[in-house]
Amino acid sequence: MKHFDEYRDPQLVRRLVEEVGKKATRRWTIMEICGGQTHSIMRNGIDQLLEEAVELVHGPGCPVCVTPLETIDHALAIAMAEGVIFTTFGDMLRVPGSGGDLFSARSRGADVRMVYSPLEALRIARENPLREVVFFAVGFETTVPANAMSVWQAAREGIRNFSILCSQVMVPPAMRMILSSPDNRVQGFLAAGHVCAITGYEEYEPLCREFHVPIVPTGFEPVDLLSGILKTVEMLEEGRAGIENRYGRVVAKGGNPHAREAVERVFEVADRQWRGIGMILGSGLVLRQDFRGFDASERFGINHIHTVESPLCRSGQVLQGYLKPDACHAFGRECTPQHPLGATMVSSEGACAAYYRYHRNPFLQ
Amino acid sequence: MIESFNCPLPILQHATVQMAHGAGGRLSQDLMRQVFMPRFSNRFLDQLDDQAKLDMPSGRIAFTTDTYVVTPCFFPGGTIGTLAVNGTVNDLAVGGARPLYLSAGFVLEEGFSIADLERIAESMADAARKAGVLIVAGDTKVVQKGSCDGIFINTSGIGVLRDDVSLSCRYLKPGDSILLSGSVGDHGMSIMTAREGLSFQSSLSSDCASLNHMIAAVLDEVPEVHAMRDPTRGGVAAVLNELSLSSSVGIVIEEHAVSVRDEVRGACELLGIDPLHVANEGKLIAAVPSEAASRALDIMCSFEEGRHAAVIGSVTAEHPGMVVMRTAFGTRRIVDLPLGESLPRIC
Repeated sequence: MKHFDEYRDPQLVRRLVEEVGKKATRRWTIMEICGGQTHSIMRNGIDQLLEEAVELVHGPGCPVCVTPLETIDHALAIAMAEGVIFTTFGDMLRVPGSGGDLFSARSRGADVRMVYSPLEALRIARENPLREVVFFAVGFETTVPANAMSVWQAAREGIRNFSILCSQVMVPPAMRMILSSPDNRVQGFLAAGHVCAITGYEEYEPLCREFHVPIVPTGFEPVDLLSGILKTVEMLEEGRAGIENRYGRVVAKGGNPHAREAVERVFEVADRQWRGIGMILGSGLVLRQDFRGFDASERFGINHIHTVESPLCRSGQVLQGYLKPDACHAFGRECTPQHPLGATMVSSEGACAAYYRYHRNPFLQ
Repeated sequence: MIESFNCPLPILQHATVQMAHGAGGRLSQDLMRQVFMPRFSNRFLDQLDDQAKLDMPSGRIAFTTDTYVVTPCFFPGGTIGTLAVNGTVNDLAVGGARPLYLSAGFVLEEGFSIADLERIAESMADAARKAGVLIVAGDTKVVQKGSCDGIFINTSGIGVLRDDVSLSCRYLKPGDSILLSGSVGDHGMSIMTAREGLSFQSSLSSDCASLNHMIAAVLDEVPEVHAMRDPTRGGVAAVLNELSLSSSVGIVIEEHAVSVRDEVRGACELLGIDPLHVANEGKLIAAVPSEAASRALDIMCSFEEGRHAAVIGSVTAEHPGMVVMRTAFGTRRIVDLPLGESLPRIC
């Protein structure tokens, strides 16, 4: 199939693996930022192929995983409110809040609907003028433009029964946090290709300079990942910091100017809590003053949320690359996709879920 | 001058299903006589007693039931009716039974189109004819608007078991070959794309088909087959996991051997769904002793519904209860059960 097969070509994969092996004089530690990359790595066994040359550690780029528990609880409370249609991407349905998930809210009578786009949620609002329709706007820079468009469109059409519960986060501040930690082991980054497709990669330049790291925007298919890894290893071997784009078919230096403009118009930067990690300064986006009327957390003003995290869950350490999922004591025991203790075990992009799904048996390692 | 359409049936008084169609009175009779009887007619059903009195060949009986709630009820490659007939026929056939008789129970929502009901009944009659089974008993209930989604169908089936085979998901042995009768995911993905809200076009079509003739031919020649299953809900992944758990063996499949049509792959990529988790309605998985595998494969391939059959893997004593895929890159990964409802109401 065109656009897939050429990036999954076994011979090309073998050649790239050999080249990485030849280039690496030591075992380098590289973090892939995006959960989509983590899943592709585990699914295709890229980590098995590179065992000797590269240790891949898994980054925080799973929006479902880093959405604060308080926001999930907030979503549950709004979903249960009288007359509300709560819309969300499928991934968020099973994320455990303090008392259940959105699936269980649905079984208790909440009108929770899975959508593939915030514009679909907006359509539902248009068709149900007497109901409050809330979209759970979760995600990194990739999902922000569509969320911005939905709010902008709602404002333009005067659709007043639409709002978003917003938990938008951004990658570069999280990378800064990881690099600033005294415990950091990461020597190079595979930047998230689809995030860079929106934002471009100029904003990574200060990180390269300040922390002297190579950052390589990389795609998601095996050939993409391996050529990103090869480039990062080459730069590490040469002692070179900087940005080298290895996802040229999707990523341009300046990103997507129309998308950036839409985001700029509707959102502004704010500090944000990351589940399991804590507060990261300037890492979130909130609606600008002109659009605050579409903020579900203000519209529904739900207070008194008391959150309860599982004391066993170490997803924060997993998300920062300090802990491999299967090194967590609860992995596969107390914590499974059927009974997840934290969001990293739920999301299709969560590192714990990827390990459980593809690699949980020791014979595979 | 044409005064009316040339229809062999009298035109029903109502264009849509009324509550009275399920009340046992005149309208119920109309529905039965005008929609179902002409299409399903056979000497058992035509008696119109409260029960069908059946002729049964000697041997053990296989009996199964399933309920169909698929939405939409018409989709490329089939209808809820073809699904209801073929699904139950296949459930009998994979156990080594020759399917003979079906019952059909309909739950209709008030306001459902009679023309659509006729199309569905027609499609069921067609499917039953192809499979060589008779619909010998039936029932219709009508519920108020909003109490069900258009039409739900239950079918039960009776077949007679062959005495020359012994099939069970507990009988897999290390060394067995795993055969799959064609490409995976066609049904689930065609339903998914036929649904409102997914606005991409495709040429996808459900694989909905009865497998009993192909299965009978395979068992005639290769009675030593250990297990057969049709990978419906949960897809190939769910069936392989169930087989490996039930028999306490491991299964290894080869990624390159599992055929996925380009349209299905494309839709799966877009939606982030593993084709191995997607439902099929006309595919067969068989565990066959390796020395008989090529014989079984040849027979499958001689049938239209098995044209693309292939050996996709084998059974091993290692990692009991677990299914592992060897990727195109020589790495290995677990093939897990699907979690949750990624595709609700596909059958």
